[in-house]
Amino acid sequence: MSDEKKPGLHSPLRRKLLMGMAALPAISLLPRTSFAQAPATSAINTTGLAVTDTEVTVGILHSVTGTMAISETGSVQAEKLAIDQINAMGGVLGRKIKFIQEDGASDWPTFAEKAKKLLVNDKVAAIMGCWTSASRKAVLPVMEQYNGMLYYPTFYEGLEQSKNVIYTGQEATQQILAGLDWVSKTKNGKSFYLIGSDYIWPRTSMKIARKHIEGKLGGKVSGEEYFPLGHTQFNSVINKIKLTKPDVIYAAVVGGSNVAFYKQLKAAGIDLSKQTLLTISVTEDEIDGIGGENIAGAYACMKYFQSLDNPNNKEFVAAFKKMWGEKTVIGDVTQAAYLGPWLWKMTVEKAGSFDIDKIAPASAGIEFTKAPEGYVKVHPNHHLWSKARVGQAQLDGQFKVVYETPELIEPDPFPKGYQ
Amino acid sequence: MFGDYSIGDLGAIFAMQGFAGLILFSVYVLMALGLAIIFGQMGVINMAHGEFMILGAYVTWLTSNFFQSHLPSLFSGYFFVAMVLAFIASGALGMLVEWGLIRHLYKRPLDTLLATWGLSLILQQAYRSVFGAREVGVELPQWMMGSKQVTDTIEVPINGIFVMVLTLGITMVVAYIMYKSRWGRQVRAVVQNRVMAGAVGINTEKVDRYTFGLGCGIAGIAGSAFTMIGSTGPTSGQLYIVDTFLVVVFGGAASLFGTIASAFTISQAQSTMEFFMSGSMAKVLTLLTIVGILMIRPQGLFALKVRK
Repeated sequence: MSDEKKPGLHSPLRRKLLMGMAALPAISLLPRTSFAQAPATSAINTTGLAVTDTEVTVGILHSVTGTMAISETGSVQAEKLAIDQINAMGGVLGRKIKFIQEDGASDWPTFAEKAKKLLVNDKVAAIMGCWTSASRKAVLPVMEQYNGMLYYPTFYEGLEQSKNVIYTGQEATQQILAGLDWVSKTKNGKSFYLIGSDYIWPRTSMKIARKHIEGKLGGKVSGEEYFPLGHTQFNSVINKIKLTKPDVIYAAVVGGSNVAFYKQLKAAGIDLSKQTLLTISVTEDEIDGIGGENIAGAYACMKYFQSLDNPNNKEFVAAFKKMWGEKTVIGDVTQAAYLGPWLWKMTVEKAGSFDIDKIAPASAGIEFTKAPEGYVKVHPNHHLWSKARVGQAQLDGQFKVVYETPELIEPDPFPKGYQ
Repeated sequence: MFGDYSIGDLGAIFAMQGFAGLILFSVYVLMALGLAIIFGQMGVINMAHGEFMILGAYVTWLTSNFFQSHLPSLFSGYFFVAMVLAFIASGALGMLVEWGLIRHLYKRPLDTLLATWGLSLILQQAYRSVFGAREVGVELPQWMMGSKQVTDTIEVPINGIFVMVLTLGITMVVAYIMYKSRWGRQVRAVVQNRVMAGAVGINTEKVDRYTFGLGCGIAGIAGSAFTMIGSTGPTSGQLYIVDTFLVVVFGGAASLFGTIASAFTISQAQSTMEFFMSGSMAKVLTLLTIVGILMIRPQGLFALKVRK
């Protein structure tokens, strides 16, 4: 907030005089806001980014059409809210944030194309965007070639690190290990049935989960199943689960399949208040489609739940609902997306520059105390230190937090012994 | 894999597995019937079939909301009202589409593929703009949820039984309409020889419009029923479209009986294999088998014998 005018001049007359004197020689040359103590554009932007004396442009790149719009809508809303709030506080280095929104249209080449457009034509100072791993993988080479900065919100499978990306969601070990430890201890879970959609994130996550269950927890995996994306018939696998009677069903089913899976579990008479189910793919957003009555009792392991009881989160939830309507729900990724613009603002101010080459190293050690999930900190590997929490789904579609790790978990995108 | 289980357990599982297969069979028949009528009787490849289903699902959602806020005492029966409304809505949209789009393309069957695919994209985006990108949760009355305890170990999902009964009913109605009623005779006459049918006084345009409307209306009912087992979102229709085409093409395009036989074969194969191997593998094997059979019998399982 260093750029706000300090109320140091008490007499209005003196202030007027001073202003007049300062402005006299330059009044015809300079725009009004150069009275603020913002640093000169030439000093803080040496690489030709879209930064003027009054404005800085960033890009928002998510799918608002196509399959992924279901998930990405929340992220867009959170990013716009953060930008709004930052602007209300005076912007970044005295510059208001202006955003250009592009639609990735749930299509990975489109994501790459739009990222290139944002970097090359619009010269944006940062991009808040992507959701699926596939879209991030498509955008990554563009970010590296044109030296951009991407703030990526989704929890993901890890095995990646880039100078040009800040990962504001959890990598796999941050999300998986603590949840498994908890379920093994409190629910006495010895046998696990793993079930997921068939693509990179569930498969990598299950690989890590299996290693942890068999190696560290001394449990056993009684089944591991993958279904094509969009699969809608789970009756056979549910019968298999009934036959093997696992202590814990561990689920990473996504998208429309998610809804079908829980509806059919419920219909098959599996009572989630008796059968422990732990998922890493259901947030408040998903429950909207599944229906609280179909999933109540299940546990989810995330870093954020809308019901978190802390002052930061209460403020965040209130502001979010004020901007986007009383009925909107906030899931884990939405909160992570909200962190992006804030972390970027703090990094830029720490570096004293918009230059990518300066903010990339400055990112390490950035702390955000006002994060809705609680205190977070950026690790030198560009992931966040964060807590893991287990919540139990309630009838009203919210989660009740039943466990949280006492300490922040160090991000470890290349976990040894889990690959 | 069965070493550790008692005979009773295994018997129960096999019984439930049998039911799972029958439920899948009903689901396949229900989603394929509408397409079979349109594709089989009119030769139109309706790529927007899934979106007509989802229209039915959204109508169900709206109806459930309406009943919840205005007629909570009648909530337990809203589903039947919703299905009728879904039929009307999807059928009406179908007739509108036939009038505005399809009838101009009867002489260019491949173009209908492209046009209806475009239509499906338009409808998806329309749903997204109107109902929002997020999935909506359709609340069911209490009696439709959960399962029925047949014996100590055998449980059958109630919504599965509901879909089976519904499918049976609709199939009988469609069979009656197509093969016993005067209107069904007209439809078949138009299919076999459009010019001659017109010459004997059948209003072929009207027949086309109602056939298309009927197919879409049944898709609407299917979509309404599937709110019990699946998701309701702008792109949910895409989840069903591949299986739907599979059933219709494998069964032989012009034969309703073929559609039913093919749904039975595919569902039983799929659900049995899913039990013994992983879901993705089961799907791969099912698809490979179907491709293999279609290479030998390109006309599908059952084909009308027509003189060419």
